[in-house]
Amino acid sequence: MDMITDILVKNGLVFAFVTVGVVMWLSYQLSDRLSAGRLHGSAVAIIIGLVLAWIGGIATGGSRGLADVPLFTGIGLMGGAMLRDLAIVSTAYGVDIREIRKAGAAGIAALALGIVMSFVVGALVAAAFGYTDAVSMATIGGGAATYIVGPVTGTALGASSEVIALSVAAGLLKAVLVMIGTPFVAPLIGLNNPKSAMAYGGLMGTTSGVAGGLAATDKRLVPYGAMTATFYTGLGCLLGPSVMYLALLAITGS
Amino acid sequence: MIIYGVAALAACHLAGVILGDLLGMILGVQSNVGGVGFAMLLLIVGTDWLRRTGRLPVLSEQGILFWSAMYIPIVVAMAAQQNVVAALAGGPIAIIAGVGATAVCMALVPVVARIGGQDEPLPPLMAQEA
Repeated sequence: MDMITDILVKNGLVFAFVTVGVVMWLSYQLSDRLSAGRLHGSAVAIIIGLVLAWIGGIATGGSRGLADVPLFTGIGLMGGAMLRDLAIVSTAYGVDIREIRKAGAAGIAALALGIVMSFVVGALVAAAFGYTDAVSMATIGGGAATYIVGPVTGTALGASSEVIALSVAAGLLKAVLVMIGTPFVAPLIGLNNPKSAMAYGGLMGTTSGVAGGLAATDKRLVPYGAMTATFYTGLGCLLGPSVMYLALLAITGS
Repeated sequence: MIIYGVAALAACHLAGVILGDLLGMILGVQSNVGGVGFAMLLLIVGTDWLRRTGRLPVLSEQGILFWSAMYIPIVVAMAAQQNVVAALAGGPIAIIAGVGATAVCMALVPVVARIGGQDEPLPPLMAQEA
């Protein structure tokens, strides 16, 4: 038994392929049998992935879900930023550049609106719970943008670690919600063509959320959504500690 | 050879990420700005040119398509390493801020997507090809 575990740990990435393969198979079976294919197999697989991440987090107390369990460290490599970004780039193969140019204006508007609205919602919620200083409001607003914008803004402005932790939690929750929720809201918001996908990526911003959510909805939309989402965190980190903070400072006066 | 396709994809990825980091540095942000987006544009323009000049054989193409087909399994592995425990442990402020921002931005999708005229939906998918 020890020998087998040893081999699986040493061949982590290979074992991850087997694990994910089993999860995918199970998910497509569940999707076919229980929902008659209405809930896409990839959506089920992502939900199972998140549940496994939750179990892994509870079991180890770590921050990387299932990848913190020694047997499943290969999941960390397979689903890490490096291979994830390579796979996202590969989905752009065969995309028509004219589609992207046509949706360019909508994509830029989505980015601006998505960042500003996230900050507004986050700052309002922060204020409602008694965090009425501009630094805390900007940090939690940044967290409502993505779980990277929050801590970057908070660190730049010198927010308390408690507020920074709140901003990370808000951003993580957003990423999870977008992953699970996208296939359900897609029909309601007309998310079924390249242009709406570019608007979606720019408005939601969380790369992992958009990458997972669009995969669960319609894989053909992935390159368009990812294209705009990839600018979001960088722009958020640019605007958060500057424009957003100064605007909040002007409103709150402290 | 399949490796030519994989190598082209990887080169676009790296070039894009370097561009994104440079842009981040120019803007003074401690973050990559649009690296993956630049990589995608490089891949789209580059492979389009190779295909038109007849220098992208089917085998090279398969090196790119393999990774594209691995996309969903990789995303599932990504989901399995999210910090879900921390996401759920943030208390009411984090939950309301996270849910609120998500809901408001989702509701704005139809508004923004209308800029420059409404687009037709994609044709329905045939068999599950993921």
